[in-house]
Amino acid sequence: MDNIAWMAWTLPSAIFFALLACTLGVMTWLAAAYPEAERVGVLRIPTTRGDRLFISLIAAAVIHLVWIGLVGTDAIASVPVGEESFEISSLWLASAISLASAVAIFRTV
Amino acid sequence: MDKTINNKAWFLVLPVFLLVAFSAILPLMTVVNYSLQDTFGNNQFFWNGVGWFKELLDPSTDLGGRFLASLGRNLVFSAVILAIEVPLGIVVALSMPRGGWTVAFCLVTLALPLLIPWNVVGTIWQIFGRPDIGLLGYTLTSMGIDYNYVSNDVDAWVTVIVMDVWHWTSLVALLCYAGLKSIPDAYYQAAQIDGASRWAVFTAIQLPKMHRVLLIAVLLRFMDSFMIYTEPFVVTGGGPGNSTTFISIELVKIALGQFDLGKAAALSLVYNLIILIVCWVFYTIMTHAGTERRPAEGGA
Repeated sequence: MDNIAWMAWTLPSAIFFALLACTLGVMTWLAAAYPEAERVGVLRIPTTRGDRLFISLIAAAVIHLVWIGLVGTDAIASVPVGEESFEISSLWLASAISLASAVAIFRTV
Repeated sequence: MDKTINNKAWFLVLPVFLLVAFSAILPLMTVVNYSLQDTFGNNQFFWNGVGWFKELLDPSTDLGGRFLASLGRNLVFSAVILAIEVPLGIVVALSMPRGGWTVAFCLVTLALPLLIPWNVVGTIWQIFGRPDIGLLGYTLTSMGIDYNYVSNDVDAWVTVIVMDVWHWTSLVALLCYAGLKSIPDAYYQAAQIDGASRWAVFTAIQLPKMHRVLLIAVLLRFMDSFMIYTEPFVVTGGGPGNSTTFISIELVKIALGQFDLGKAAALSLVYNLIILIVCWVFYTIMTHAGTERRPAEGGA
């Protein structure tokens, strides 16, 4: 592990990148198993599944940053775990909005 | 026609993938990791969550104030140089000869500034603008104009903008010239028969035909000016004060000057996101500009 100490891995960022890699893997498998044609949506540009994933990810990043900038990251609830309590940041709401926007993008764009 | 499907071809992409992994993906992952932590060196990191991003997006903090100020300066700089370089490039391309030995002469002369490395351009202009030994600075001072890019904000801005215009207008001009050369003579002959004015020829034939190359020119110039570092760093060092400190200069100050890797990582991720979005928008417009126009033209 000393060799990659400079990369300063943390569990949350590792989970994030693992999920991203899984998403790309699934998209690659989907492209091979169920090839699809481009379609034109509300943006009036032809998009593939990959394009829509890209737009969703960019939108998610922007939504999270706007949320951090305008709303902040105060705790909205705390879940008791054993002796301690685990606070849930309001940023999870931004994640929920991002997920909803991703669904909307995949259906309409 | 049946296509031969051979997935072994994917292995040919493997070397490029490995190269990109080491040159781009791993460093990017590291930047993401840094942006969530704080460090005092020695590979010791402390979890900070989205703290740096909060600070970055809050104009009342030092980091947020500096980021937003340098972002504003960068956007103004990009807008100004685009507003100058694109029309100037078109004018230069239009006034270039269309045949004969002068074409080669013009092309080589125009290409010269493009071949000079950024830091050399910076050094040239740094000396050129000096009031004591530089030709520009000395001439302006002799004419009674109080010009000093080291102490005056406006002079520093003018110097950096003129330097960029000198360095990069050629690129726009060469791209536009390539676009103009691709227009068949028949268009000009038709315009002549119709008795079209010079302005009508420009707006109805030349500008629409240059549309795609102009988009490429705008994209290239925007990206380059938005990421500009070396030239202003060499000429003004970001000064006087912070007046020519663009985002990349601010980033280097935070990362290498203060060694605030977390702050610098958060800033560079947001910077990267802005560039990614602008690139995508331009790329989408560029690739679909032709396809959208075609049915309209066909129907007309």
